[in-house]
Amino acid sequence: MQRKTIGKVLKYIDKYIDLVILSLILAAVSVALTLYIPILVGKGIDFIISAGHVDFIDIKKTIIQIVIVVLITSVIQWWMNIVNNKITYNVVRDIRNEAFEKIERLPLSFIDSHQYGDIVSRVIADVDQFADGLLMGFTQAFTGVVTILGTLIFMLSINVRITVLVVCVTPMSLIVANVIAKKTYLMFKKQSEVRGEQTSIIDEMIGNQKVVRAYSREKAVQEQFDKVNDELKKCSTKAIFYSATTNPATRFVNGFVYALVGVVGAIFAISGNITVGQLSSFLSYANQYTKPFNEISGVITELQNAIACAARIFELIEEPAEVEDLVDAIELKDVEGRVTLENVSFSYVPDRKLIENFNLAVKPGQKIAIVGPTGCGKTTVINLLMRFYDVNSGRICVDGHCIKDITKKSLRDSYGMVLQETWLKSGTILENLTMGKPDATREEVIAAAKASHAHSFIRRLENGYDTVISEDGGSLSQGQKQLLCIARVMLCKPPILILDEATSSIDTRTEIKIQEAFNVLMEGRTSFIVAHRLSTIREADIILVMKDGNIIEQGNHEKLLEEGGFYSKLYNSQFAV
Amino acid sequence: MSKLLVYLKNYKLESILSPLFKLLEATFELLVPLVMASIIDKGIGGENSPHIIKMGAVLIGLGIVGLVCSLVAQYYAAKAAVGFATELKSALFKHIQSLSFLELDKIGTSTLITRMTSDMNILQNGVNMVLRLFLRSPFIVVGAMVMAFTVDVKSAFVFVVIIPLLSIVVFLIMCITIPMYRRVQNKLDGLLLKTRENLTGVRVIRAFGKEDNEIAEYRERNDILTAIQKKTGKISGLMNPITYVIVNIGTVALLWTGAIRVDGGIITQGAVVALVNYMSQILVELIKLANLIVTVTKAIACGNRVESIFELESSLKEVTETIKDVDDKKKDFAVCFEDVSLKYGDSEEALSHITFNVKKGETVGIIGGTGSGKSSLVNMIPRFYDASSGKVYVSGIDVKNYKKDDLRKKIGIVLQKAVLFRGTIRSNLLWGNDGATKEEIAEALRISQAEEIVENKDGKLEHIIDQGGKNLSGGQKQRLTIARAIIRRPEILILDDSTSALDFATDAALRKSIKEMDYNPTTFIVSQRAASIMHADKIIVLDDGEINGMGTHEELLKSCGVYKEIYNSQFKIKEA
Repeated sequence: MQRKTIGKVLKYIDKYIDLVILSLILAAVSVALTLYIPILVGKGIDFIISAGHVDFIDIKKTIIQIVIVVLITSVIQWWMNIVNNKITYNVVRDIRNEAFEKIERLPLSFIDSHQYGDIVSRVIADVDQFADGLLMGFTQAFTGVVTILGTLIFMLSINVRITVLVVCVTPMSLIVANVIAKKTYLMFKKQSEVRGEQTSIIDEMIGNQKVVRAYSREKAVQEQFDKVNDELKKCSTKAIFYSATTNPATRFVNGFVYALVGVVGAIFAISGNITVGQLSSFLSYANQYTKPFNEISGVITELQNAIACAARIFELIEEPAEVEDLVDAIELKDVEGRVTLENVSFSYVPDRKLIENFNLAVKPGQKIAIVGPTGCGKTTVINLLMRFYDVNSGRICVDGHCIKDITKKSLRDSYGMVLQETWLKSGTILENLTMGKPDATREEVIAAAKASHAHSFIRRLENGYDTVISEDGGSLSQGQKQLLCIARVMLCKPPILILDEATSSIDTRTEIKIQEAFNVLMEGRTSFIVAHRLSTIREADIILVMKDGNIIEQGNHEKLLEEGGFYSKLYNSQFAV
Repeated sequence: MSKLLVYLKNYKLESILSPLFKLLEATFELLVPLVMASIIDKGIGGENSPHIIKMGAVLIGLGIVGLVCSLVAQYYAAKAAVGFATELKSALFKHIQSLSFLELDKIGTSTLITRMTSDMNILQNGVNMVLRLFLRSPFIVVGAMVMAFTVDVKSAFVFVVIIPLLSIVVFLIMCITIPMYRRVQNKLDGLLLKTRENLTGVRVIRAFGKEDNEIAEYRERNDILTAIQKKTGKISGLMNPITYVIVNIGTVALLWTGAIRVDGGIITQGAVVALVNYMSQILVELIKLANLIVTVTKAIACGNRVESIFELESSLKEVTETIKDVDDKKKDFAVCFEDVSLKYGDSEEALSHITFNVKKGETVGIIGGTGSGKSSLVNMIPRFYDASSGKVYVSGIDVKNYKKDDLRKKIGIVLQKAVLFRGTIRSNLLWGNDGATKEEIAEALRISQAEEIVENKDGKLEHIIDQGGKNLSGGQKQRLTIARAIIRRPEILILDDSTSALDFATDAALRKSIKEMDYNPTTFIVSQRAASIMHADKIIVLDDGEINGMGTHEELLKSCGVYKEIYNSQFKIKEA
């Protein structure tokens, strides 16, 4: 699993392989140069022996060498940073683009069955975490390994025996870090559990503060919160303290190595095996050699985390997309508005049957009212007509063409949809209205807005048609949003309509306006209406009565009343007083 | 931020001891180069092996003492930081619960939740880091300089030049990059918005075939983000190379002055090594310090966000004891509104000049369009909001003269949004009345038409409800919230559009059984449906925050245009 994910990450990086190679070369050079400096400094110290025994000429030479090496190193380091940033951010950009493209192509069934928050957090937070891990991997893991190798070579070149000593002792810090990490993992897990518990209390109680107050539960809730808060305090203190022991512990091990090298090196120096300058460089190497070991455990957790995040993103990217159009798919043109459903069966989950062997023939210009209690599955019909979902068996035809043989775009273009859950994108009013017809002139837009009773309130907005509205319509009222959605459809005049009548969330006056706008829109068009108003229902050519996702009755008002089934019961309870 | 530090007061000792032990540890660390110098000068120079071993033991001893000090410091830091956050969270939670809805509405729930959670975590982390490192790093930098002075005064002047230079560089780069990081965050928010929007609007986008358009827009934004990220990386990537150059130039300068000093016989070779070591210690600390400053900047930002909540004061003043100052003229009325107006903040009046009286035991219907002020009106009865002018009386006493709990005990309000909490059905119902008997629970369930819900669940009353009541349907939740209010046997029962998810038959049965309750509470029913309120003793028609008409159904049909309009829109064909 992990290996597979890494393989996929590598594929994204592959595109920037030249940059990666450059980064590796730069890292190797920069580490080599960084390590070379202590040697130079050591050499310099060896020229300073005691009073009268100072070789100024050679010191000068060494100093110039040091300055040159340092300058080159820093430039290379900076260059390397830039290259690493470039690789990381480009890879991240590519992944995000791909994830977003996938969202646009995912079948509705996937989007409907997943929480938006979860998908969003994959595209934003997970990718970010992954970027951090990747960057850290590039900068630290690689240079770390090169540093260890480099210092090893340099130390070996100075003195083999002391090097062996360092190599044997250093892994101790790794072991210590590992032991602590394993111990603290459980504590952190416990901490995040309790923290999750606390967050739900906050979410629940602050979010529903009115209920809390209405029942004077403030004290009880505070007690509940404090209890979890205290528990969290215990867990957190423990987790934070134990994890905080890693650094001092590994530092102690390093100090131990340092002391060992100092003592052994000094004894060697007495016997003349090594100069003082060499010992000084050796000490500095011993320090640098141990540092990556300290960091490595951190880097490994970070990388593991990054891979876990990457796996979540790839899960999204690899979801199968909506069915592609057939190669020879028909482009619908000049649609009359004939819609037929033949033996259609459909269900969201196989073991819960919804619509079975459903037949319906709609002539151009007819009105079909869909009626039923809230939550009866009226959206299912919309899902099937617009081919957001595919039928399990049977077929749906528009103007005699099976919708599976039609390009999705031309099919959806022939429908105009106004839902009760209005959706507007962040942008100007004009941008929103021209969604279906980007090349519309301003005059056309205004005409459509007038026809749908939206013009008067748009005009009164601060910047009229150029007013920017924030996410989900921002400060517009529900009714205004719906009028905008109607104007949006009005502008492209599609041959078939799907309308969702207002229920209770809109005030009566706006509702009347919306109804008038609907009437203008419906003239001469085939319309499917999720209906609540009696007048709409009675005037419909066909009424579809839905209950629990099934279409249970079909016919016109009089016929259904005569039959005395669910419709007549519904009708009587709702409208007879 | 500074005001929050009060919450450290119970952890004074820890907050002082932690940095203190850190300093102690740092001091031992600073001694290491001196010991090493002694090994070189006395040990190697004097060919004295026992001295070398002795000094080696000293080094390890210093390490052990350092380890112990450091552990103590980490412990106290963790204790103080977590304790601080715990007390702060508890206080903030309490404060939020004391704010009036006027303030809560303005801030918004989601912000409050982020401040209680992620902001607090960052703050806790910040305090922890400050206690551990904020003194240590500058101490080592300055300490290294001081130690350098003890080794050789003249050479130490190199440090006097290098340290301020380093500080300036670090400071400058931070100043440039912090606003850039903020811009990165903003751009990221933009991407988040776009992603979210495309999920919520997926049907519309596909219906209009705008997928490719959206992808192009997303790519454009993504490119901008990437460009800023790279630019930020370029500048922050300068930090290490530049500090590296400066520190190494310092080393070179030490070599040169050291050479002169040694040549003059003033200092030894070991002293030069020690000086060079101090210089590299500074480099290490600087890197840590830079990370720390980022953490602290973030923590301060979060601290300020938290503090801004504390600065809000509740606009509702509560009396400590209910003042039983009953207005005689009003004592027979359950609720009186006397020329009441309500304003949310600076916006226009939500209610203006509302006056009406409701006798005890009456049923009142309130109807009107969205935004006409129906919910605002009933929310004023339990004093969720205070009138900006005029007075509200409950049982003849001004609501402002009630102790909050006394007032709310009289009222059972069912809100528009049906909310249940995690726990069993029983524990949810008991919110209404902790001491409710089995019979009272059954009775409340019967009245609210919720018997069958409980019957059909495993475990009946002990059935577990998920957070937000996710495992119940809208209608089930509404009926249970009504039961929760009824179980209180309130003098005043308020149903704020709380039957919208019920079908008409159930709605009618519910209204009937409430009417037949054994003690006849005063009932307010808010609804959009004329059918729900037409049988009320009194109907209040609201339009744009004003009372447009008041009376019985028949009276209003004759006299009130708005009521007629609403009624006809719902019943037109039938009546015609």
